[in-house]
Amino acid sequence: MIERISLNLHIWRQESPSSQGTFEKYSMSDVSTKLSLLEALDKLNDDLIINGCRPINFDHDCREGICGSCGFLVNGQPHGPKDGTTICQLYLRQFRDNTTLKLEPWRAKAFPIVQDLVVDRSSFDRVIGSGGFCSNYYEKAPEANEIKVSQERSFSAFETATCIGCGACVASCRNASASLFVAAKLAHLGQLPQGQYLRLTRVKQMKEQMILEGFGSCSNNLDCEAACPKEISANWISWMNREKY
Amino acid sequence: MRHLLDPCLPTGTFEGAWERQQKTLPSLTCQMRQEWKIIVVGGGLAGSSVAATLAEQGFQVRLITFHDSPRRAHSVAAQGGINAAKSMKRDDREGINQLFKDTVRGGDFRAREASCLRLAEISSSIIDQCVAQGVPFAREYDGTLATRRFGGALISRTFYARGQTGQQLLYGAYQALMRQVANKTVELLPRRDVLELVKVQGLIRGVVSRNLLNGKLEVYRAHAVLLATGGYSNVYFLSTNSIKSNASAIWRAHRQGAFFANPSFTQIHPTCIPAGDVYQSKLTLMSESLRNDGRIWLPRQLGDERNPSQIPESQRDYFLERLYPRYGNLVPRDVASRRIKAFCDAGLGVGNEGRSVYLDLRDAIRMKGIEEIKAKYGNLTEMYQRIVGEDPLSMPMRIYPAPHYSMGGLWVDYNLMSTLPGLFVLGEANCTVHGANRLGANALLQCLTDGYCIAPSSINAWLAAKTFSASQLEIDEACNDAVLCARRRIDDLIKVQGKTPVDVFHRKLGEIMIDKCGISRNQSGLEEGLRQIKALQYEFHQDVRISPEVSCPNPELEKGLRVADFFELAQLMLTDALSREESCGAHFREEYQTIEGEAMRDDERFSHIAAWEYVSNSKSIKHLEKLSFKDCKPNKRSYK
Repeated sequence: MIERISLNLHIWRQESPSSQGTFEKYSMSDVSTKLSLLEALDKLNDDLIINGCRPINFDHDCREGICGSCGFLVNGQPHGPKDGTTICQLYLRQFRDNTTLKLEPWRAKAFPIVQDLVVDRSSFDRVIGSGGFCSNYYEKAPEANEIKVSQERSFSAFETATCIGCGACVASCRNASASLFVAAKLAHLGQLPQGQYLRLTRVKQMKEQMILEGFGSCSNNLDCEAACPKEISANWISWMNREKY
Repeated sequence: MRHLLDPCLPTGTFEGAWERQQKTLPSLTCQMRQEWKIIVVGGGLAGSSVAATLAEQGFQVRLITFHDSPRRAHSVAAQGGINAAKSMKRDDREGINQLFKDTVRGGDFRAREASCLRLAEISSSIIDQCVAQGVPFAREYDGTLATRRFGGALISRTFYARGQTGQQLLYGAYQALMRQVANKTVELLPRRDVLELVKVQGLIRGVVSRNLLNGKLEVYRAHAVLLATGGYSNVYFLSTNSIKSNASAIWRAHRQGAFFANPSFTQIHPTCIPAGDVYQSKLTLMSESLRNDGRIWLPRQLGDERNPSQIPESQRDYFLERLYPRYGNLVPRDVASRRIKAFCDAGLGVGNEGRSVYLDLRDAIRMKGIEEIKAKYGNLTEMYQRIVGEDPLSMPMRIYPAPHYSMGGLWVDYNLMSTLPGLFVLGEANCTVHGANRLGANALLQCLTDGYCIAPSSINAWLAAKTFSASQLEIDEACNDAVLCARRRIDDLIKVQGKTPVDVFHRKLGEIMIDKCGISRNQSGLEEGLRQIKALQYEFHQDVRISPEVSCPNPELEKGLRVADFFELAQLMLTDALSREESCGAHFREEYQTIEGEAMRDDERFSHIAAWEYVSNSKSIKHLEKLSFKDCKPNKRSYK
């Protein structure tokens, strides 16, 4: 395996939400393949800072694929070419020497660009706020073991609950639809006994909020499923569409 | 000079004390609650849960977080599970006692007994709350909640959602919070860093935050401020914490007068993916559960560079099994970490710069079959392969300890109030139940007991008893002063325009800290560390380069402000480690060990929480909270 490679990076640079953005070219040589792509950007940023240039802004935090902060397109693919992997877990050993990588932010009306590769995903928070919760309040919780849940059901709910809210599904969809994100939350709560009380209002309110935020309707192309770093199945969108309210 | 601190412990027996105290709480009407403004800083498990709960009760709440959404908070990364004394029968006193005693013993008798007992007493109701919120915990065949054993505990009482318990608990709290945000009972203020606290007549009455999008300094006033800002392991640069986790809010509070308790108590987790290239930005945790089936070993021969699978059995040293025949690979975190470091220091380590040991699944695969191992650890082995590029099912993993959790934090009394009236501290940011070493799966539990239960009731009691007499003018002045103070710090950093980026300094600071104040410490090393950090801090303020734009996003400035605070905190950690002349829990002083290399605790001199008071331009003053143990008598830890 090659230990060190060179990279050509075409990175979207945009000062502010209202300014015009453009791709800028950067090249890096002699980078260890043990680094992640984000660590390579850290290195590039250090060079930019020393030379008095504005460093590239990108969202990131846990760098272990669970917080959902990071995410941009690598050559048009959300989170890059590796399945089930967020961008922070994408290592340079994935790439050949002298590869050209085009990095650009999520493109969606509901995710306005903040700067460079950073977008504003607060629309997701508002969709959750519109109905993505259970009905209880603190101090009113019943004894947990009185609510029985079968292993299958619990496991199935868990699989949908693993959504990290990164926005890759939206970025991959030609309609910029948030169907997979919304379906995952509806299926998480809708499959559990605790989520039954608000089940139908939840479906109605979250779907309405999704439209209000400017997300498109489902394109039925299943790109979301391919892009999801948590590999949540697009079948849940069909499940959501069967929920009547 | 030493003063004794009063932790405001409940009267009478500790058993059931919390419940008794609840019955005497003054009741506030909804209308009264609407008058009170509360600020919560931090949107993790503790922050989200307390903000949602207070809003449900009718208070006016603002939640400030540096993330774009509370769902990103570092609680999301917790893997293992949450402890609770919950059995099928109600009021399970035996289970409560066991969890209480394990917490006290795990903390090596350096935590407050009454708080530990309360943690165990509340634990069961926390699980009820989480389940009601829709947290998809693992289940038994009959549909009841499943538990597993965790962190060397003798009983199975850890509730879990596969390896993503923190994520699921956080989403539960986050969803409850977003519901309140949609109801307009909580104002969510994301992408903001808290830089100063506003103090009026000795009370904390608000915060100054920097808007990370437009750089504006904003003032938010309140009747009480709650810090739930997490731990400070990032002082080591390479840690398992999220990159942006920081100590700024608690450090600013400390500078204003909140005492900092046991700052040197930090937990180092033995099984993490080791450091490689200099630009590596973090160390990823590999769940401790791997030690159930994985065997830790090193080549017996110095400088043996053969492929590990070619090293025959007779030339391998399974050193934990050899040293601790009873516990073997399952010795507690601090013991494992210390032994691994000692062997690597002796030059026996493998991998990059000899700073790792093998964790080998080979024998487990031979015995149980590859399918069973895959089913148990599939997600972990995949993660390892993604990061390192090697398959742990065909060759041993290389692991090394990494800073993981900080038991120390702002000193708080039994009601979670700091030494600054009106400032409450929750979760990892405070110093309450974990003592010198946190019990596995107690972190999530502590965040939620603080957030759902303890803080809300303390806030009610505090506000009901308080009259606020400061005039508007006084508050305005205090706010202006705080803004000026924050602005000055920003200007000072920007105007340096030296030659070195922030990360370079942070990395160097981390190297000093892990070397001098990491897994094991000694007097001369700590003193040396203090000198080195002072010199590095000076260099930082002379040579750091931060992009000069202040009215737009500037991640370098955010980092710079955080690292400036880390420099100060690091010195307090070293000072605390120096003054604690004993080995207890995660704090191992090389001078205080037995001939076999085991820790020597000194209850005569150090059965206390050391709480440090900040003094401008002078040495910090140490105050003591004496610890006494009525229900769980101190014994000696032994894993031989």
